[in-house]
Amino acid sequence: MSIVLAIGACGDKKEKKGAEDSQEIGALSGTIKVDGSSTVFPITEAVAEEFRAVQPKVNVTIGVSGTGGGFKKFSRGETNISDASRPIKDKEKAACEENNIKYLELEIAYDGLAVLVHPENDWVDSFTVEELKKIWEPAAQGKIMKWNQIRPEWPNEEMHLFGPGVASGTYDYFTEAVVGESGSSRGDFTASEDDHVLVQGIAGDKYSLGFFGLAYYAENKDKLKLIGVHNGEEVVKPTLETVKNGSYRPLSRPLFIYVNSTSVASPEVVEFVNYYIDNAGELSKDVGYIPLPSENYSAQKASFKTFVESNK
Amino acid sequence: MRKIKELIIEKSLLSSALVTIAVTIGIILVLSIEAFRFFSEVSIYDFFTDTQWTPLFTEKHFGILPLLSGTLLTSFIAIAFALPIGLSISIYLSEYAPKSFRKSVKPLLELLAAVPTVVYGFFALVVVTPFLQEIIPNLSGFNSLSAGIVMGIMIIPYISSLSEDALHAVPDSLREASYGMGSTKFQTAFKVIVPAASSGIIVSIILAISRAIGETMIVAIAAGQQPRLTFDPTVPIETITAYIVQVSLGDVQHGSLEYRTIFAAGITLFVFTFLLNTLSYRIRKKFQEKYE
Repeated sequence: MSIVLAIGACGDKKEKKGAEDSQEIGALSGTIKVDGSSTVFPITEAVAEEFRAVQPKVNVTIGVSGTGGGFKKFSRGETNISDASRPIKDKEKAACEENNIKYLELEIAYDGLAVLVHPENDWVDSFTVEELKKIWEPAAQGKIMKWNQIRPEWPNEEMHLFGPGVASGTYDYFTEAVVGESGSSRGDFTASEDDHVLVQGIAGDKYSLGFFGLAYYAENKDKLKLIGVHNGEEVVKPTLETVKNGSYRPLSRPLFIYVNSTSVASPEVVEFVNYYIDNAGELSKDVGYIPLPSENYSAQKASFKTFVESNK
Repeated sequence: MRKIKELIIEKSLLSSALVTIAVTIGIILVLSIEAFRFFSEVSIYDFFTDTQWTPLFTEKHFGILPLLSGTLLTSFIAIAFALPIGLSISIYLSEYAPKSFRKSVKPLLELLAAVPTVVYGFFALVVVTPFLQEIIPNLSGFNSLSAGIVMGIMIIPYISSLSEDALHAVPDSLREASYGMGSTKFQTAFKVIVPAASSGIIVSIILAISRAIGETMIVAIAAGQQPRLTFDPTVPIETITAYIVQVSLGDVQHGSLEYRTIFAAGITLFVFTFLLNTLSYRIRKKFQEKYE
């Protein structure tokens, strides 16, 4: 379900980096439209909330249509910035070209995909990628229905699966990492673009199994049980460390925002994106994601500067 | 001058009547055209016999049965819950309750139908489901039982109000005759008045069923989004309406086969409610003949 939130002035007014720059620019106004991934949404929301303290007259609206849905609007020029939990696809690139939309990709944080079960589930300690594949691949549809089909010692009970819907970048990423082909999975599971629905579903069902972005697990630690995934050498649970050092594979990934070239003519968008890059590291950590190394942020900032200048 | 005024009024009344008919015809046309295109790619036989519904995924199946079973299951639970309660309320209000009580309680009951269904949906998800899980430990977070029960609460006024009207319309001469034969109040209510008003009661039930079948928000929120062919009320399912919502909000490309599935699902739903409404219309007509 798609929700559009206008960020009110309710953020705590912490002084953040970038605040001093903007005083030179003076007060800006206008509306910045952001849409896209529900995974990136918490970061963009946090940035927008802090930005509101610096530029109270700039109105940032953030939609949650999923990465695919976001790119669809972005390619029609309806949004200034698109949140994405995977790189833009060729099909979407073509759609942008068709409408003469140029853009810049900015990496803003890392995310781990969390594999989760109900807290009362005491039989699962870890999964291998092969087991996850066996559960989620298209051939499992209507066939792999019970826990003991994965490991015989697990209970003879029906497995209830929850996962992001097909419009979600998380779904694309998970299927690519686990099944081997993006967008290819069984269809008989509860699919929702709204991660809260998935949290509710997994937390309310003892025989549930699901996956979504690590940040939503961080918000709901007491309701869900995180399961480690075998990376070929050892079982690893997604944490700040394991995602950053790459040992939580294959289920960790970078997150992006995409900025439209015509939008950078508006000073408020430039200001917002600069503020985003400056604060993404700290704020992404606050909301449960993993920051990039700081030199990456500097590189992103430099490439954004070039992009702005070349589109003036 | 007056004639012109009358003419304008008459024509504007006529046009507003025509607008509703035009809208209905438009809806039927759009549904049929898109559904026709859908059925030129997917055979009707598969549509009604395949037991899987996964049009958005890799291995595509277009069997409406899982969605239909979800819709019928939630509606059945709702009716099973609402019928005894609604009927008891209507008999009490019509035959037992003092006039003043009836006058104040009836509008209050009808308020139940005025609660936004999204509120009912969250009520089912965050109140009723956790409560039921205390009793049924294996109940899933999304299930048709809790959605069905809450939908039952929503349709109680449809049954109680319309049945009460029917019971109330039974001529007093029947009551007096029954008392004259020496029967008690209970015997009069259940052996004479209820059978006499049965067609009106049946109409109220049919209307409630067609309301339950078309209900969207409650089932979309509380019953899950997983099409499966089952009559087990404890597991997540998906109804026809919830599927239409899911696809309309996602990023399915307009004009694609996946997009047309919602019209195929929609026309199935339409046929069902249309048949039910026709049936209730027929019964109501019969009922009127009996008493006039």
